[in-house]
Amino acid sequence: MEVPVSFEYAPAPESSAIVSIKPTYGHFIGGKFVAGRKHFPTINPATEEILSRISLAGKADVDAAVKAARKAYVTTWSKMSGRERGKYLFRIARIMQERAREFAVLETLDNGKPIRESRDVDVPLAAAHFFYHAGWADKLEFAGLGTSTKAHGVAGQIIPWNFPLLMLAWKVAPALAAGNTVVLKPAESTSLTALLFAEVCQQAELPAGVVNIVTGDGTTGALIVNHPGIDKIAFTGSTDVGKIIARAVAPTHKSVTLELGGKAANIVFEDAAIDEAVEGIVNGIFFNQGHVCCAGSRLILQESVEDEVLEKLKKRMAQIRLGDPMDKNTDLGAINSKEQLLKIRELSAVGEAEGGQRWSAPCDLPKKGFWFAPTIFTGVTQAHRIAREEIFGPVLSVLTFRTPQEAIDKANNTPFGLSAGIWSEKGSRILWASQQLRAGVIWANTFNKFDPTSPFGGYKESGWGREGGRHGLSAYLKGVGHE
Amino acid sequence: MSFYGLVDGSDASLKKYLVSLPGVDQVGAEQRAAMLATRSIKTTSKRWAIDTAISMVDLTTLEGADTPGKVKALCTKAVRPDPTNSDVPSVGAVCVYNDMVGIARKHLDLIGGQHVGVAAVSTAFPSGRASMAVKIQDTQDALNAGASEIDMVIDRGAFLGGRYIDVFNEIVKIRELCGTRAHLKVIFETGELVTYDNVRKVSFLAMAAGADFIKTSTGKIAPAATAPVVLVMLEAVRDFYSMAQVRIGVKPAGGIRNTKDAIKQLVLVNETAGSEWLKPSLFRIGASALLNDLLMQRMKMDDGYYASPQYVTID
Repeated sequence: MEVPVSFEYAPAPESSAIVSIKPTYGHFIGGKFVAGRKHFPTINPATEEILSRISLAGKADVDAAVKAARKAYVTTWSKMSGRERGKYLFRIARIMQERAREFAVLETLDNGKPIRESRDVDVPLAAAHFFYHAGWADKLEFAGLGTSTKAHGVAGQIIPWNFPLLMLAWKVAPALAAGNTVVLKPAESTSLTALLFAEVCQQAELPAGVVNIVTGDGTTGALIVNHPGIDKIAFTGSTDVGKIIARAVAPTHKSVTLELGGKAANIVFEDAAIDEAVEGIVNGIFFNQGHVCCAGSRLILQESVEDEVLEKLKKRMAQIRLGDPMDKNTDLGAINSKEQLLKIRELSAVGEAEGGQRWSAPCDLPKKGFWFAPTIFTGVTQAHRIAREEIFGPVLSVLTFRTPQEAIDKANNTPFGLSAGIWSEKGSRILWASQQLRAGVIWANTFNKFDPTSPFGGYKESGWGREGGRHGLSAYLKGVGHE
Repeated sequence: MSFYGLVDGSDASLKKYLVSLPGVDQVGAEQRAAMLATRSIKTTSKRWAIDTAISMVDLTTLEGADTPGKVKALCTKAVRPDPTNSDVPSVGAVCVYNDMVGIARKHLDLIGGQHVGVAAVSTAFPSGRASMAVKIQDTQDALNAGASEIDMVIDRGAFLGGRYIDVFNEIVKIRELCGTRAHLKVIFETGELVTYDNVRKVSFLAMAAGADFIKTSTGKIAPAATAPVVLVMLEAVRDFYSMAQVRIGVKPAGGIRNTKDAIKQLVLVNETAGSEWLKPSLFRIGASALLNDLLMQRMKMDDGYYASPQYVTID
């Protein structure tokens, strides 16, 4: 009598009516929006529709932004008390919360990430970074650099496309709290939330020139990095570009922090809470389409539970809901750009050619836009390129181990060292493994957890310095006498 | 009895079986349940979910003040939840104390409710604190009166004291009594077992002992059917199916009061055990107030506005 049923979820799209996107955007310099000269399109990667046209900043624009930032630093921001600076940061944080839905919708349209993630992760965390650093603004003598500290001056900040607003918050909030002014360049494919943030700066009546936003591609980034009027560079992006920046600033007075790539090991021991470990594996690699520098892209699995975990993982992956990022039930959104999609396809093809066994969850990919089904490769060894190179997409490489030491050796056998995960119900094993792993962030029985109070950053080729917490703040300060 | 070949009925084999189960990470389980609670169920899926939830309700009255009149009213409501609309399905069963079973069965049959089951709470419900002889007599009375489902409670004291074999043997005994006459639901009272590790352990224990359904709570203790507890139990029936090729049902009871909560339960089922469990023979919701909220939401979907509560019968 009872027939098999399937519980289909009807579309539940978030409305995009809350955002008004202008046909073209200029730069935000000296507290005003100024027209750009050249423009390029920014698209919705889920539909390939052009959302707007963004200005490409050249030398004159960057010069103007740096000049505005310098003026604001000298005349206003460096003279203001920490308590007053803190008030502005609190105000920005509150406005971001008030306009959270607008930010979330715009981020999803421009980036392709699911609205559930932009709504529940990106935007609340971005506001939290401003709240956290607002509290620091009048307590800088406790930042670990002695009782007398100074800001660097003008900070040049270049951020990636994977968490556009959140990375802006990671950069701008500590810089402002410490008393710097900033020139920030969002990634070329995801500038819109940064430009909305510029509106928030106006709404908060932030003194003109404290935050300047110039849009553009790598050429604009290079102009910022090489600009003699900038005192501090903060970059989040690929290791290749990080190396170019490190070379460029080496002979200058500039301080630099780099948050670069990763190839994180997610180690599952046989005594793990298996169901939650499977969730952690999924969250580790499929959160934000795997466009996460700290993604758990290498699953290092104890051989004794390999079959059980892989069976459960595949079942779980088959339930991942891929599709319209604006749908509230979507788990996996669009790949951010065609270029990135081609890179993911290329490395996946390499994985197959090198003998990895590929399995993708069965799902229909939309016709338009950039999509990649959640995929795992089993039978991967240290000698495979997909175990070494950052794919930056929803592709997981599965390696196995026999003894705890072997797991650690494999996890550390990489030029990167940004993050790692440990899954075990045995406390002593977690403590031991976390001491052996050479990674800046180690999660135990969880993954991809972020908090403004916690420093984040990498070992080895994953970067220089930390962001977040007291350690991140101190990168925007110098102790007087240590200049 | 063979216990699906998982245990041989000895204390040692039962302990070995329970120890082999992986632990549950509290933070991870709660995070997963919270994520699934964000699913947005709209339009046609909501309509389907409401009707499905109605058909899964075990409409319950477990009060000291229960009378034949009250139970008959409950039975009428169970058969035709909305007297003005025959499209509304009947609920799965009515759930009563064992002295009301005969009255409920007779009244259901009288009003054309042969398809609605009668579930009797049993084994010294809700505390389970009585001798085995009393528990057996309690169950026997309910069966004799025509109960088609027995909702027994486990001895939580024995479980928390590590006397798993005592809990196991009680379930086995009641299972034998039920035979083919009644389905056996085993109530854990997860609010007293507290940890998710215990919930997993007791789920596997009860399934091996012969439960047809595993049920969260009596409804007398809070917290009851929280989303993470139901999640862990759904994982247990899913994994038990892989081990024993038998699908065991799940019944959350207690604290599910409105349509939103009920739909969240169906989402949990769908994305944990799978859609095979989305039917009254494998998923029930023990509730009293829930049914009226489901009816109100159903009317709202048909009419486009919320009706006054006076358009829904109070019992």
